[in-house]
Amino acid sequence: MRKVLLPSLIILATFLLVMRIFYLQVVDDTLKLKSENNAIKKKYEYPERGYIYDRKGKLLVANQASYDIMVIPREVKKTDTLEFCQLLNITKEDFIKKIEKAKIYSPRLPSVFLSQLNKSEFAAFQEKIRKYEGFYFQKRSLRDYEVAFGANVFGFITQVNEKLVEKNPYYNSGDLIGQQGVEQSYEDLLRGVKGVKYFQKDKYNREIGSYKDGKYDTIAVQGEDINLTIDAELQKYGEELMINKRGGIVAIEPSTGEILALVTAPSYDPSILVGRQRSKNYTELYRDSIAKPLYDRGLLAEYPPGSPFKILTGLIALQEEVVDEQTSYMCLGGFSYGRGRFQKCHCKSFGPLQLHNGIYKSCNAYFSNAYLRTIAKYAKPAYAVDVWSNHVKSFGLGSFMGYDLPTGKKGNIPNSKTYKRIYPNGGWRGTTIISNAIGQGEVLMTPIQLANMMATVANEGYYYTPHIIKKIEGRQIDKKFTTKHVTSIDKKHFPPMISGLFDVYNKGTASALRVEGIDICGKTGTAENFAKIGGKRVQLKDHSIFVAFAPKDNPKIAIAILVENGGFGSTVAGPIASLMIEKYLRQKITRIDLEKRILATSLQSQYAKLGGLSAAVKLQLRISDSLLKKKTIIPNLKVKIDSTKEKKQVI
Amino acid sequence: MKNQSVTNNIDWISIIIYASLVIMGWLNIYSSSLSSMEDTYEKQLIFIVLTIPLIFIVLSVDGKFYEKYASIIFGISLLSLAGLFLFGKTIAGQRCWYAIGSFTIQPSEFAKAATALALAKYLSDTQINLKDVTRQWQALAIIILPVLLILPQPDPGSALIYSIFIIVLYREGLPAWYVWTGFITILLFVLTLVLEPQYVILIGLLVLLIIHFKSRLADRNIILSSILFVLLSGFVLSVDYVFDNVFKQHHRDRFNILLGKTVDLKGIGYNTNQSEIAIGSGGWLGKGFLEGTQTKGGFVPEQHTDYIFTTVGEEWGFAGSLVVIALFTGLFLRIIYLAERQKTKFSRVYGYCVAGILFTHFFVNIAMVVGIFPTIGVPLPFFSYGGSGLWGFTILLFIFIKMDANKVNEW
Repeated sequence: MRKVLLPSLIILATFLLVMRIFYLQVVDDTLKLKSENNAIKKKYEYPERGYIYDRKGKLLVANQASYDIMVIPREVKKTDTLEFCQLLNITKEDFIKKIEKAKIYSPRLPSVFLSQLNKSEFAAFQEKIRKYEGFYFQKRSLRDYEVAFGANVFGFITQVNEKLVEKNPYYNSGDLIGQQGVEQSYEDLLRGVKGVKYFQKDKYNREIGSYKDGKYDTIAVQGEDINLTIDAELQKYGEELMINKRGGIVAIEPSTGEILALVTAPSYDPSILVGRQRSKNYTELYRDSIAKPLYDRGLLAEYPPGSPFKILTGLIALQEEVVDEQTSYMCLGGFSYGRGRFQKCHCKSFGPLQLHNGIYKSCNAYFSNAYLRTIAKYAKPAYAVDVWSNHVKSFGLGSFMGYDLPTGKKGNIPNSKTYKRIYPNGGWRGTTIISNAIGQGEVLMTPIQLANMMATVANEGYYYTPHIIKKIEGRQIDKKFTTKHVTSIDKKHFPPMISGLFDVYNKGTASALRVEGIDICGKTGTAENFAKIGGKRVQLKDHSIFVAFAPKDNPKIAIAILVENGGFGSTVAGPIASLMIEKYLRQKITRIDLEKRILATSLQSQYAKLGGLSAAVKLQLRISDSLLKKKTIIPNLKVKIDSTKEKKQVI
Repeated sequence: MKNQSVTNNIDWISIIIYASLVIMGWLNIYSSSLSSMEDTYEKQLIFIVLTIPLIFIVLSVDGKFYEKYASIIFGISLLSLAGLFLFGKTIAGQRCWYAIGSFTIQPSEFAKAATALALAKYLSDTQINLKDVTRQWQALAIIILPVLLILPQPDPGSALIYSIFIIVLYREGLPAWYVWTGFITILLFVLTLVLEPQYVILIGLLVLLIIHFKSRLADRNIILSSILFVLLSGFVLSVDYVFDNVFKQHHRDRFNILLGKTVDLKGIGYNTNQSEIAIGSGGWLGKGFLEGTQTKGGFVPEQHTDYIFTTVGEEWGFAGSLVVIALFTGLFLRIIYLAERQKTKFSRVYGYCVAGILFTHFFVNIAMVVGIFPTIGVPLPFFSYGGSGLWGFTILLFIFIKMDANKVNEW
């Protein structure tokens, strides 16, 4: 018995130790992770973001060097603090506060003392930086906007939010990411792929060499340059025309679906979201819930389209063969339907109308009749509405369409399900939903959908998904943008409609807006709108809508314009459309007076009713002023910061 | 006998295990020293090379020499410990070293072997019966004497090792209640730290009552049971008092870490936390030789000395740890096996002491490194950096190997 005690103790103790080691090494996973946090440091190498060019190869967005002043608190020696603060334009209190903050983070590790200094801010300091021990600088690359417009098209760069960091393993806290516009939708291309280097750390958190001789290190891949379909001149002109107005402009090249201009107003100078003032400016823009400068009205403003929708009503009636070009309806200043209800008409015809004059006079009575016939064609109104709805949807309406911008609205095209929901007990008929005929009621469209509709009409029955990407460093763009979408309306029905739209300019609602030598087809529209002001529902001045394409033969541009509270379509939206078309097709404006009038038109007094001028509107006004003053100083040659991209230096 | 080779009859199994452990130890010291920029691995290599002549000397000495001069060796050893108070060099608050030039020597590393010799000599010299209380006290005095000299250095780790001699005495006839008392003392100590003292006293009372009423009527002794209860209560309360009032904060912290009461990982808990991380990150097969990130980063303090096992754990994983533990355990059991085979009581007791001393070092060290024993400075035999330690353990082991080789000639 006495002989057994020590051997037993030894075996027991060994067993105990093995169990414990097994637990630590095999069972407990957390220790491995702790070990990595402990000893391995990842350092990222951020590639330069790709440049953004317009359709003609004009450089719009490049990069600029920016400088972060770094500090290692322990190494800071007593120096001339006053001079230091003057050089960096900070107060002594700031200086002390920043040093303290860095000390709290770590006395022996570098932290950012002052971030995002631009070249000129940094220049004075650079000469003397050697004098200040413990300070050094780190170069970073920031966006450099070559133009003062297109903020909504480009989007901006911001720090990635924590939610995405958790979801997407590519991003780390503090990384930059594109938000809104093409910076967001082409983030993956523009950003490139960051490189990573692993370092072995010691217990003081100092690097003591590369980890496993760089076996796991990767090299950064530069971001790719992209060409947008945007025409810089047209975009700039559109934004100028929209100064002091709210709304959106979308221009599309019908033969390709390329977006030539995408304007929203109010907007802002993209460069205000770069550098030291970034967060302050962003907060100002973000907080403005009335003017919403960060809201892309060209993509997001959903309204009942009004008269432009008559184009579809007419085309569908022709396709369903319930009318032909000769069919005529009487207009007696309106259209009465069912139990004495009456829909007013402003066409002032007081006589019979056919499709052709019905469209250029924008006669409500004609299109209401045509719509009723369409619905009455089938025994069941539910079926008829679905037939009609499918025709409309074949123009890409009622959906996001699949364009390559990160925001959008579906709009709304009702079908039988819609009315089943609204009228659960049934009993609805063609007359119940008559407002659809003239683009009121349940129909909702965004400016880009209107522009796409016009492009489809211009093409006589097909369209390409609107898109803003033209080229990606020589690679082909996504196939979905080069695939033809054919509508359910036969080609033969388009010419009569187009000739009616052509006469809108010759004899109709836009006759004052003709451009000598350019055959424009267009359609005016207005959208009623209401707002709650002081708790009461108030009808505001109508939104002004205009759609057009030109030239009539072999169209080059289709355009949709929405001006909030702009009144009748031909007063503000119409002139803007004709100026935009002239600008794009001729690169110069002949009607200086009209241009002057539109530039001078301010709807700010209208908007003031909605809640006064917010700080952001004022900001926007200031920017707009600068935009007007800023002549087109687009440099022909832009030298990139990064030498690896030398090939593409010359534009 | 004189012209016989020193390698005659020696136990090769023990020597192979010993050599493996020393070589492995050096490889791990080499790995851990890369972060510290110190030349520890070169120095250790010198120490290792110097063990070879040392081993030859130990094996060349006549087997009877150790028995004959055990008392003198013990006396010199005690003197060398006492001398520290006059001539010792203080390193990190501990006055454990003699400095000779740039080399330092730690006499307590050699005192263990001397004590083992003295104890073996005492138990073999006379026809000693350890049932005799006087003999018990005399034997205990041999153990306690060096402890009294080592504790005030202060070197509680080395002192702790001497507790294993109780087990050796038990093997030679010391009554079982010594061992039980020791065991129960430790149990009560730990329980008191984990639980409140009143609960421990309550549990003790219950256990005593059960023992009292379960035993035969004739054996019931109400006075003995009462005395035991008073002793138990007194001990528990004094542990509580000593822990709170006599222990210094750093002592308390060492226990509190084990009990999970302190979580200050940057401060006192740093060592244990880092050593657990290093070992835990090794996984099944480890990160490979010289690939340990924790080792390279120098996160584990004292990694080449007391925490050398963390390098094994990190770079060689569970597999490597198992090999090292198996080698140690194999060596201990081999020595016990050999000890039981000895013809003389002297060499048997000595062999037992060798196994016990090595085992205690091994267990306390690794248990500390893996976080199940308080932080206490005890080296891992043959592994940890240090010349005195390596030579002390080598002498300790090879004296026994010499005795074992001699046994056939002792007719």
